[in-house]
Order: sequence, then structure tokens, then C-alpha cells
Amino acid sequence: MMPELGKYADTVLSAYAVSIVLILGLVLVSLLRAKKVKSQLQEVEMKAKGNG
Amino acid sequence: MNSIWEYANPKKFIQTTDKVLPWVSILSCVALVVGLIWGFFFTPDDYRQGSTVKIIYLHVPSALMAINAWMMMLVASLIWIVRRHHVSALAARAAAPVGMIMTVIALLTGAIWGQPMWGTWWAWDPRLTSFLILFLFYLGYIALWAAIENDDTAADLTSVLCLVGSVFAVLSRYAVNFWNQGLHQGASLSLDKEENVADVFYHPLLVCIAGFVLLFIALVLLRTRTEIRARRMRALLARERMG
Repeated sequence: MMPELGKYADTVLSAYAVSIVLILGLVLVSLLRAKKVKSQLQEVEMKAKGNG
Repeated sequence: MNSIWEYANPKKFIQTTDKVLPWVSILSCVALVVGLIWGFFFTPDDYRQGSTVKIIYLHVPSALMAINAWMMMLVASLIWIVRRHHVSALAARAAAPVGMIMTVIALLTGAIWGQPMWGTWWAWDPRLTSFLILFLFYLGYIALWAAIENDDTAADLTSVLCLVGSVFAVLSRYAVNFWNQGLHQGASLSLDKEENVADVFYHPLLVCIAGFVLLFIALVLLRTRTEIRARRMRALLARERMG
């Protein structure tokens, strides 16, 4: 299934590996921060409501 | 027909993106997976570049998005300067890390490709150099937002930085046309069909570009929602401290 990349196999595979790691890292960081900020805001809003 | 300015209301923006975001995310995943698999597994080697031509499916879309992300930030910054809509300033802030990562991918994949093809990882070529400067502008923009506590002041100053950086975003795109002495080749895509890469590479490349554009939109929507919530949280905490 793997295409024949010849003498440039390392070059091609490293370009794909670096890019995929960076993209997945960005997506993961964005999702985790979104989740964290959402729950923190809910807490602060609850507290603000409680204080009237 | 709703006015576009309705989405400047943070609540309306979050309500609308609640519906839009899942679809854009799914479409971006599908386009990226299809485009990259097509390009990597089902396209032939180039007669000059060999299998390194497969790097085009990452390098060209990321470079395109690196420039266009800054252009999107420019439009959002201008809207902030003219109309003072907080969502637009926060959208520009949200787009910056995405654009920066796209710039890093373009620079790294270019260097990895350049080593066997040009015999060097790096050359002070006009396009490469303007891209490096664009990366530094992204870093400066993100640092400026983080350094200033007052959101409105940060939005004002980063908007000015964005206007200045636009010169390098445009330069990154057209550097090859301005100066002929560089190593970097001309555009791989053009409205003039004769300047395009061959169809066998062109079609999967278009799918990859669509995937990167959709990924950018999905990430900017997600991150803008986060910035809106973070801003509201800061406002509530400040009110609590005052009371």
C-alpha cells in the first residue's frame, strides 16, 4: 500500500510527520482551551448569580 | 436577510457557530483526508522532483493560508478600528496562532524539500525571507495581545501592527514577481492554466487547499468562541473585584 518513495522517502515522510504533528497539536490545544474556558466561565457565572 | 453586523453580537455569534462549526469541522476533515491520501498514495512522481513533489500538498496550502490568515486578520482589524466590534478584534486574535502554525508548516516543509532539491535548507531568497518576516510578525502580534491587560488597548495596538504586517503578507505572495534573483519558483496555481502544475497534481492539490481553508475557518470559529468567553469571564471577574 505504501507508495515507492525511492531515495527521497525520508524527506517526504518527515515533511508529512512534522505537518501532521503541528496541525494535530494546534487542533488539540484549541479544543482543550475551549473546554477549559467554557467550564471556567460557567463557574464564574454561577458565582456571579449566587452573589446576586 | 440578516445584516452581517448581527454577528458582531457575541451571543448571536456563539448561537450561529453552534450550528455551523460541526459541519465545517466535518467537511475540513473529509477534504484533508481525501486530498492528502489522494496526493500521497495515488499520484505519480514528478520527472524532476521525484517523490518530493508530494510535499506540494502540504506546502502550497499552508503557505496560502499563512498569507490569507493575515489578510483575514487585516479585515477584522479594520472592522475593529472603524466600527469597534469586539467580535472582530477577537476573531483576529483567534486567527493569529492558526496563521502562525501555517507559516511554520510552510517554512519547514519548504526547507525539508529544499535540502535535496536546491542543496540547502535555507536561502535568503525574497519569498523565503518575507515569509520568515511574516512569521516574526505573527509572533509579535500574539505577544502584543498577551502583554496588554486592557482588551480594547490591545485590540487597538495589534490592529496597527496588523496593518504594518500586511505589507509583508502581500510581499510574501508577490516576492517572486518583484525580484527574479531568488531560488523559489513561481506560483504553483494560477488563473492562467498554462502556469498551473499538471492536472494529475492539480486536482488533489485543490482538495487539499479546500481542506486547509475549511480547517482554518473551523479553528478560527472555535477559537473566537473561546476568546469571547474568556473576555466575558475577565469582565465578570473585574466586576466582582470592583464590587
